[in-house]
Amino acid sequence: MAHFNRPPWRGVRGFGVPRDRALQAIGEIMTLYWQVALRGFRRYATYRAATFAGVFTNTVFGFLRAYVMIALYAGRGSIGGFDLRDTLTYTFVTQGMLMVVYIWNWWEIALTIRSGDIVSDFSRPLDYQLYWLAQDAGRATYHAIFRGIPPFLIGAAVFGVRLPAHPWTWLFFPLSIYLAVAVSFAFRFMLNLSAFWLFDYRGIGSIAAAVWTFLSGFAVPIALFPGTLQTVARALPFAAFVNTPVEIFLEKQQGWALLGALAFQAGWALALLAAGRLVLAAAERKVVVQGG
Amino acid sequence: MGEAAESAALYWRLVRAQIRAQWQYRASFVLQLFGAFALTFVDFLSVLVIFAHLPYLAGWSLGEVAFLYGTSYIAFQFADLTVGQLDGLGDKVQRGDFDLVLIRPRGTLLQLLASDIAMRRLGAMAQAGVVLGFAFSLVNVHWTLERVLLLLTMPITGFLVFAGVWVIGATTTFWTTRSMEVVNSVTYGGQFLTSYPMNVYGAWLRRIFIFAVPLAFVNYFPALYVLDKRDPLGMPGFVRFLAPAVAIVLLFVASRVWRFGVRHYRSTGS
Repeated sequence: MAHFNRPPWRGVRGFGVPRDRALQAIGEIMTLYWQVALRGFRRYATYRAATFAGVFTNTVFGFLRAYVMIALYAGRGSIGGFDLRDTLTYTFVTQGMLMVVYIWNWWEIALTIRSGDIVSDFSRPLDYQLYWLAQDAGRATYHAIFRGIPPFLIGAAVFGVRLPAHPWTWLFFPLSIYLAVAVSFAFRFMLNLSAFWLFDYRGIGSIAAAVWTFLSGFAVPIALFPGTLQTVARALPFAAFVNTPVEIFLEKQQGWALLGALAFQAGWALALLAAGRLVLAAAERKVVVQGG
Repeated sequence: MGEAAESAALYWRLVRAQIRAQWQYRASFVLQLFGAFALTFVDFLSVLVIFAHLPYLAGWSLGEVAFLYGTSYIAFQFADLTVGQLDGLGDKVQRGDFDLVLIRPRGTLLQLLASDIAMRRLGAMAQAGVVLGFAFSLVNVHWTLERVLLLLTMPITGFLVFAGVWVIGATTTFWTTRSMEVVNSVTYGGQFLTSYPMNVYGAWLRRIFIFAVPLAFVNYFPALYVLDKRDPLGMPGFVRFLAPAVAIVLLFVASRVWRFGVRHYRSTGS
């Protein structure tokens, strides 16, 4: 059923011959995905109590991690180019990012594979991957505002953090966050599609979660990793999930290095989204609809 | 046969049925075991990264922190295995499914606890065992009979303290349905908390975890005795032996709180 996964411009009325009509069609497509993203945002906005509870727990974990870091820095000025204030900032930015990049337990697509609902999702006149990416961007925006900012502000008030000195950082940091969401989404997308082949996608999922909890720099900043491990971790796409945006927030990279960091994220996002399309194509060949 | 013995026998039968069921999908089961092993091992990698930069964290060596980590994880994973399914109680209350539990002629807690046991957590316990072995290879414990006895009680008392906190926390969902994630900050958060020495935390947090939510008794106080360390917090010496008493009191309070919660449960009515 490969035709179900249409390119985004297919199936939209008016696309094709006249030029001004084509522009109008592109506008329509943009509106369509914008609406999908908006739905993603609103879906999560309905769970207020869950949001409050989540902020509480993320903040408590931030406190515990912060105290361990303070003990680590007792009598030490700087480790791997990070001073205590950098590391505390890192801790609370990552606690805020946890739900934004959704490191653990996102199985929405896998559940539709289990239930069979994925067939109707395939038959929508939308690009399947872009549809979920748009939805995920909406979700991430909700989580950034309501799950991300509060733990950071509370951590900043209690422990003190370093805020960016350059106004530009306030532009590059959100950009980097969205790129991190794209990279993480690309991974989660493939992991979910594995449910087409594997009965036990959750087992694989928890191994994957273990790998990227550590290698993304979520648990401990990559700057604190010893020698070779640090070099390897910095080259892997997991660094783009968490470590790169936080280092941009901390202004560890300037000028070309900053552009390089963003390009690192964008490159991995594109490569992994492309890989996801290959997996999707293989999955679609596998789909057999039970007529009924 | 008394009621308690009958309940225990029933619980064991239900657990065995679940073990058999999960063992049917062997590849999946092994994968999940390994996943649980890997996911928790990552936490220990963080400890190793920290100790790559220093010999002592707040006065505790790598071996000593590994000891705390191992004892914390064994106790916690055992609690998660047996009472962790209470995390789903809020959903049951919201859907009205808790009514089903009430109409059956057996204890409410027993039914809930026996309903879903994820054996994959044994993978996380195995990981904790490996770390504990690593700890013993680094620290020189001066073994005496008292130390061995206290060490043997630690997994049990630690488990009971975690389980008690979990049950009391879960009871709040009878009123709120959505507070379990807040409770996670002392259950899952408690696992993180107790894998580092108490004296790294700020005084206000320490007070909470000694006097209010007594997670400091999971492993910190007994560990001071087993490892023969001076208490940086300056608590009196007998506190090191209080963990079993704390566990029993907490268990009693938890069963009372649970009964209170069940009595005040109001169905959704839908």
